[in-house]
Amino acid sequence: MSGGDAIPEFSKSKSGDGHEVSLTNLSAFASGPGIKSGKEVAAILAVAVIIIGGIELALRLFHVPLYIMPPPSSIAYALFDEFPLIAPHLGYTLVELVSGFTIGAIIGLVLAAVITQFPFAEKIVAPYILLLVTTPMLALVPLLILRFGFGYTPRIIAVALAAGPMVMINAATGFRRVDSAKIALARSYGASTLQIFWKIRAPMALPMILVGLMIGAIFGLLTAVGAEMVGGGFGLGNRLTTYSSMIQMPQFFAVVLILSTLGILIYVLFFLIGKKWASWEA
Amino acid sequence: MNTGDARNPKLGVQAATKIYHTASGDLLALDRCSLDVSANEIVSIVGPSGCGKTTLLWSMSGLHGLTSGEIRLDGIKITGPHPDIGIVFQEANLLPWRNLDANIRFPFEIKGEKPDRAWIAHLLNRVGLDGFGGKFPRELSGGMQQRAAIVRALALKPSVLLMDEPFGALDSFTREEMNRLVEEIWLDTKTTIVFITHSIEEAIFLSDRVVVLSARPGRVAKEYRVPFARPRSLEIMATKEVFDLTNRIKMDIVGERTRPKALERPSAEIVRIRP
Repeated sequence: MSGGDAIPEFSKSKSGDGHEVSLTNLSAFASGPGIKSGKEVAAILAVAVIIIGGIELALRLFHVPLYIMPPPSSIAYALFDEFPLIAPHLGYTLVELVSGFTIGAIIGLVLAAVITQFPFAEKIVAPYILLLVTTPMLALVPLLILRFGFGYTPRIIAVALAAGPMVMINAATGFRRVDSAKIALARSYGASTLQIFWKIRAPMALPMILVGLMIGAIFGLLTAVGAEMVGGGFGLGNRLTTYSSMIQMPQFFAVVLILSTLGILIYVLFFLIGKKWASWEA
Repeated sequence: MNTGDARNPKLGVQAATKIYHTASGDLLALDRCSLDVSANEIVSIVGPSGCGKTTLLWSMSGLHGLTSGEIRLDGIKITGPHPDIGIVFQEANLLPWRNLDANIRFPFEIKGEKPDRAWIAHLLNRVGLDGFGGKFPRELSGGMQQRAAIVRALALKPSVLLMDEPFGALDSFTREEMNRLVEEIWLDTKTTIVFITHSIEEAIFLSDRVVVLSARPGRVAKEYRVPFARPRSLEIMATKEVFDLTNRIKMDIVGERTRPKALERPSAEIVRIRP
């Protein structure tokens, strides 16, 4: 063990370097939808009422045709009226999202944990991961459909391909945050490499992992809907193309509303998980 | 004071030499550094910045290997982290995602042992952290964090406690308080303590012996015995003996600093690496 040791070094700044990019910082969670007081809730609702009411009024006042922009009231009506017809498609999209995301996230996490243990391998793999992150996986969907048909398979693969690299690149940043003093602490008690991983590296990486999971889930949703729009007869994306081709704009916007709710729910879910398990950093 | 048997020290450092292989070349951090610490003794190590104090301590802890030379605990060569050696790190080094109780449990989890609850409760009481077990490190002041770190280090009942500039980040009042706490704990447990510090006053107040390391490469330049009886009061710090001793040690260190430039240069480099 002689010779190869690093010079004992203590960063004077507090542990970790998660302060660089706001996108990858958990404080993005902290400044999120934290509901503070009844007064603020009332103000948010009042703004919503004014905006929605204003749009409704303006659309009716200027006789804007339904196929250009339906008034909020007709969207709300369509949402309730058509919901039993839309609900199964919501289910299909969720199946694609959850299974694709789970597969992608697990592969991404394992790869991140393994690759960060081998700096040389990491340097070799990094550009390819960047390629996966930056390539819109939607571009592969037509190819996947040719190979796997119009079922779940191409969509789940596309979601996994979109979510996995996002999870991996963020988790790798987390695993790379080595605090030599904390690892030395564990080693001073005779910790094994595995113990150091589970008791030091993993908890230290957790905030970044959560950010990666959140971004991955949202990219997964985008990709699932996009893939459904490309081909196949089911899913919320398919509903969007169907309703717009039939110029059923209230129904179309009802689906958009469901999609934005889904996105917000993903955000809130990870916000709450982050608050419970990673609040020590924020 | 028990000065132990000089031929059978509790902790014996024999010609410890450590070379770091860095990108900018080899770095001789310790050069044939020899030092004995007797059982129940408190020894402070002071020296100019970057003289290898921390390297020496990390080698004593078994966290670092030596390039040559050896360190023996109770006559047995140290080859890795040893259960009989506790370490208190610079800046408490608590795990921020664990509350105090869980932080203190951490060593037991690693070792797969059951924590000695009565002993931990006694230690927590001793350092005045009763009722803070559920708090997270960020909710505590620097002094309280360092108290918790001391409890964590002592929880396994080590016979040697290595302290690496533990109070460097604290303000001077908290520091004095912590020094008295260390002395109290020592009176309680008689644990052998090796204490690294930048503060000569701290070293004198705490130690039976102050060891001055030379500028890099670190080597034992001088040793001073501190003869005052324990428990020591803060008043002794105002006596002429302490004043003279402080000045002599200061001159040793400053004298080191004003050595020729050629010897000074590598020292400046390590300052950059470890500010």
